Amino acid sequence: MRREGEIRIPSGCAISGIFARDGSAVNGRTIRTSIALMHERSNGLGGGFAGYGIYPQYKDYYAIHVFYDDLLAREECERYLERHFDIINLSKIPTRPSPMITDAPLIWRYFVTPLPHKLQDEHLDEEEYIARTVIKLNRTMKGCYVFSCGKNMGVFKAVGYPEDVADFYRLDEYEGYAWTAHGRYPTNTPGWWGGSHPFALLDLSVVHNGEISSYDANRRAVEMYGYSCNLLTDTEVITYILDYLTRKVRLTWEEAASVIAAPFWNTIALKGGDEGKRLAYLRHMFSEFLITGPFSILVGFNGGMMALNDRLKLRSLVAAEKGSKVYFASEESAIRIIEPEPERIWSPKGGECVIVQLDEGVTA
Amino acid sequence: MRRYDAAAMRPADLRKEIKRCGESVLEIVNCCGERYLGCGMRHTSLHITGTPGNALGAFLDGGTIIVDGNAQDATGDTMNSGVIAINGSAGDAAGYAMRGGKLYIHGNAGYRAGVNMKAYGGVSPTLIIGGRSGSFLGEYLAGGTIIVLGIGCPEHSQLTGFFCGNGMYNGRIYLRTTEIPTGFSPHLLQRRISREEKESDLRPVLTEFAAMFGENVNELLSGDFILIEPDPENRYKEMYAAI
Repeated sequence: MRREGEIRIPSGCAISGIFARDGSAVNGRTIRTSIALMHERSNGLGGGFAGYGIYPQYKDYYAIHVFYDDLLAREECERYLERHFDIINLSKIPTRPSPMITDAPLIWRYFVTPLPHKLQDEHLDEEEYIARTVIKLNRTMKGCYVFSCGKNMGVFKAVGYPEDVADFYRLDEYEGYAWTAHGRYPTNTPGWWGGSHPFALLDLSVVHNGEISSYDANRRAVEMYGYSCNLLTDTEVITYILDYLTRKVRLTWEEAASVIAAPFWNTIALKGGDEGKRLAYLRHMFSEFLITGPFSILVGFNGGMMALNDRLKLRSLVAAEKGSKVYFASEESAIRIIEPEPERIWSPKGGECVIVQLDEGVTA
Repeated sequence: MRRYDAAAMRPADLRKEIKRCGESVLEIVNCCGERYLGCGMRHTSLHITGTPGNALGAFLDGGTIIVDGNAQDATGDTMNSGVIAINGSAGDAAGYAMRGGKLYIHGNAGYRAGVNMKAYGGVSPTLIIGGRSGSFLGEYLAGGTIIVLGIGCPEHSQLTGFFCGNGMYNGRIYLRTTEIPTGFSPHLLQRRISREEKESDLRPVLTEFAAMFGENVNELLSGDFILIEPDPENRYKEMYAAI
């Protein structure tokens, strides 16, 4: 099969998210119901989910999810993992066979912690150690692909419609305080398991509806900081840019949003004052991370979620609230199917991020 | 009147039923995201409760669609004639490329409402938004009338976002406010309209809008309206590329 970058398919997507600010448990079945309503927005070539707070029993360990082409790749990768990590648990990720999901790779999960002497030798903090190890693994090791590596969170993705992907991964057996979901309609690439959304690095995950026209400029910029875009798909680069801006540069989520969806210069001029200065500074400093072209994204991270549209709002995005729950989706109906009577329902403006976080005192 | 429960039917079957029943009155309840309802419809009167999906009443060619609830994106896309009344808000690109008929939205409209509406001969479309609209209102407007009323908004407030009338070269945009849109384009003219103009140009269309949603037409006509039109002396050209 030809992979990303070897073929272009001209052509939408669906995204959905749930966040419980009080940290209450939401079953994976709920997000499945929401994304399934938008079935027509995807074409069966990719579906996926990210759940947060789903591994409370292993919350201090990094959960590494890996696709393997074959047993050889698994053996080689496991040797690599053993050299770098203390593996405290490993297993196949439980799946339910389905006629709708075919050509499944071997799908394994490892709960790990970096080997202390390795960490010391490398002079890296834990997260950087994990990120570098995973990036290197994905770049160099054939036949294996790490698609999730955060703490107390996990990505589940496949080629298929999202509702079938949820059934395949038995998401009804998981509960978390936050979920994102994606239904894919690949526009440039053929769609394979690794290319489905969400894309994740550490606990940061991105689901995306749209098509980035600045992909190559963004890729060149982010690769200067040690990332490696192996999949030639635009969502991967958003994930790395946001990881760089928030984890390495330590921008706030609001600032990172003002970088990737920076307003036009004439809009910045209209704002003036301190806000204008702030926006101009961010646009100057991080110009290579401006993302152009249509996008609506949901970014999951430990303890929070961000929704963001491109500055022209070329993709739809609806937000709603009911009690301590916040909902996002490409279509209002996908929220109403799981919450028929929201207290508030609105469409965030282009370039205007909506950030939700766990209430103070709530731990994931 | 026939009644269909959208939750109990496949969307495709629902669309077929609408098409099949001809000139009657139909009620659809429990709508939740079913696309293309009333698409290309000519004669039927459709009453929808719930949240109909994208492209509601696209290519509408007559008949009436009334929605108790919010509509999603691309409502009335390229509609030709007939009436769509949303007793709620609408998503992005409402009235996209409308060529005729009336689209009434009681609440707010999203981005790009009335983008590239056009008029030809004696046929001209009307889009009325009861609340506010998002950015790019009437972008590339080539004909027809857009009215934004700001019901429930404080007096003298902005009723639209950025880039109002961007690339507009014909048609009219009325805003019930004295606030000129932010970043108002030098290619457009704006002026406050007279009482006579309100009576002759706005009363007839606002009477129907008011009746549809139980509003008081005199209240809707109270206050100042500004009219936005293209500047014939300084038209938009070569917006994105020199030719």
